[in-house]
Amino acid sequence: MDTKYKMYLLVCGGTGCRSSQSNVLEERLRKHLKENKLENEVQVITTGCFGFCEKGPIVKVQPDNTFYTQVTPEDAEEIIKEHVIKGRQVQRLLYKDPDKKEIVHDSKHMGFYRKQLRIALRNCGFINPENINEYIARDGYAAVAKCITEMTPQQVIEEMKKSGLRGRGGAGFPTGMKWEITSKSPGDQKYVVCNADEGDPGAFMDRSILEGDPHSVVEAMAICGYCIGADKGLIYIRAEYPLAIKRLKIAIQQAQEIGLLGKGILGTKFNFDIEIRYGAGAFVCGEETALIRSMEGGRGESTLKPPFPSVSGYLGKPTNVNNVETFANVPVIINKGADWFNKIGTEKSKGTKVFALAGKINNVGLIEVPMGTTLREVIFEIGGGIKDGKKFKAVQTGGPSGGCLTEKHLDLPIDFDNLVKAGSMMGSGGMVVMDEDDCMVSIAKFYLDFTVEESCGKCAPCRVGNKRLYEILDRITHGNGKMEDIDLLRNLSKVIKDTALCGLGQTSPNPVLSTLEGFYDEYVAHIKEHRCPSGRCKDLMKYEINPENCVGCTACARNCPVNAITGERKAPHTINQELCIKCGACIEKCKFNAIFIR
Amino acid sequence: MAKIKLSNTKVEQIKAICKEFNNNKGELINVLHKTQGVFGYLPAEVQEVIAEELGVSVAQVYGVVSFYSFFTMVPKGEHPISICMGTACYVRGAEKVLDEFKRILNIQVGQTTPDGKFSLSCLRCVGACGLAPVVMVGEKVYGRVSTDSVKAIIQEYQKEKCS
Repeated sequence: MDTKYKMYLLVCGGTGCRSSQSNVLEERLRKHLKENKLENEVQVITTGCFGFCEKGPIVKVQPDNTFYTQVTPEDAEEIIKEHVIKGRQVQRLLYKDPDKKEIVHDSKHMGFYRKQLRIALRNCGFINPENINEYIARDGYAAVAKCITEMTPQQVIEEMKKSGLRGRGGAGFPTGMKWEITSKSPGDQKYVVCNADEGDPGAFMDRSILEGDPHSVVEAMAICGYCIGADKGLIYIRAEYPLAIKRLKIAIQQAQEIGLLGKGILGTKFNFDIEIRYGAGAFVCGEETALIRSMEGGRGESTLKPPFPSVSGYLGKPTNVNNVETFANVPVIINKGADWFNKIGTEKSKGTKVFALAGKINNVGLIEVPMGTTLREVIFEIGGGIKDGKKFKAVQTGGPSGGCLTEKHLDLPIDFDNLVKAGSMMGSGGMVVMDEDDCMVSIAKFYLDFTVEESCGKCAPCRVGNKRLYEILDRITHGNGKMEDIDLLRNLSKVIKDTALCGLGQTSPNPVLSTLEGFYDEYVAHIKEHRCPSGRCKDLMKYEINPENCVGCTACARNCPVNAITGERKAPHTINQELCIKCGACIEKCKFNAIFIR
Repeated sequence: MAKIKLSNTKVEQIKAICKEFNNNKGELINVLHKTQGVFGYLPAEVQEVIAEELGVSVAQVYGVVSFYSFFTMVPKGEHPISICMGTACYVRGAEKVLDEFKRILNIQVGQTTPDGKFSLSCLRCVGACGLAPVVMVGEKVYGRVSTDSVKAIIQEYQKEKCS
């Protein structure tokens, strides 16, 4: 940060907070500073995601470390007048501990941050991602300088291997080993590819890193290029991430301008440059072979491995593909050493993992915890427990390729191998929490619907098999399932897993298998009793009014969008089942608990 | 689909875009992104010009356009409405919100209202899961949308027409 200022107002510029008008807030802060002639003493900085999206937009004041939550543009004037000018914190914007109802001043002591360890997210929320000097001031580009001036490529690879870093995109392949294989593959031209095609619904860690700390990825790609002997890097990013694209472009340009990218970096003979390629909305392109086909301008269809991209990838040349979060770890490993890094985490999974915590949880946000942290710690301590005091039912990890973990898994230390053993997977790090109101058959159907739509269609097990899985689940949720369907689901899932061409198909039945394992009774209830225990499946439920509780206030009738409820004022109402679309509006409006689902 | 005739200036515009990428067939996706950015959608006639310029078959261009959900062959409404159907939004009731939009606008997903004002689509995760369920109208993001607020969102854009 520029030392000429006395105070800094760090405003979150991540997508979540932007959606809550943090950009308007910033403008207002600047305006009020100017009105008070403070623009040369106090600087407003747009940072990347602080992670605590539930409480966004967030404003952090430095140097006193004040952490304001849910700040609206209307609060700007008060912050300037009270905090900046008079030195008094705006009490109502401070974070309150939900249990003790006490104000927590330092973010380090908040339940949300206490157990976190930020390596990949180290700079998110601290620096202005659009200013390379701020990255450099926090040891930025020191790692690439160390590599190319003091170490041989093989030494860097050895360091990476020793660190135990495994790919954060999902499969967990050892990064150092991948670099070594690519470095040894013969080829006149090689490529470094950064996979930023974050397609998992409910996962936004890569986007937050790119929005909050794009230089860490640029630096790591250069280090990788040095190791494998590539002078060209490509970032494949979703077109749906305009802010991340903009910040990456700025980062690349700034690095080029001061000679950290381009020819003869830092006076050495090492050349490296980066280009951006855009995805166009296809989940399968997160799979590396499909991603490469897409970068070549074709349909994103995966191909059989081997040959692996390390041997024959982009344009048939050896290509090293790593995910954004994997890259973000690299500069820290080089700076602090593999021995520092490999002491964090579990025996086979080193370091930390970023998770996007979402769903029915109090503290939605982006978190980073050491490998080996338990699900209970993540959900109940960091996440603050289940929303509205409801009961925890399941947590889905690994997106459409993962599975649902239940109460019995809560004390499982999270790492690559434990999650696979429990029938799910790490995936890219989406973690969606579900409560008692969620129907697990519908959730399985939801994921299959996604897979069916996103299958590239090249191999039959995935293209046809998943469609059949979806159809079976669909008829179960409509009350038309048979008990034989459960065996059919199991068999078909096994066949798809064994025979599909790429990672997408091989993992797509996981949501079905894991819900069958953990929630078999729910499937049976749907099939045998034509009942949805969570009351989510519309065809299996009926809204009715209990005449004993109904006082005839007409609130339900007035809010029914299809006029299915009739009755005299001050007399019990009735619902016309033929007209009812089961939207649930009536139940939300009834203050007398007179409406129930049968 | 109705056949449209591209004006010469439009054809030249497409050719210029292709040229920007050196008529390199490996840049097909970038060319399509840019072209859709200019025209709003990619009708068959536009794809024919691109195929000709890049030296690939029309089938190949169509194959790519139809593969990726980002590309569209029908024009979107003046205010494209997208409902996030990511898992986080789904478990917080995005489906009900979508049903309400369908009901009020009287169109299905992928369709445009007859007056060309609104189109409806689903998208997968905009990364604002803290605000789930999320709805986007154009570039604007609406967070914590409930079925009750759907009407107000639509009215916000209908008013524009009157004023």
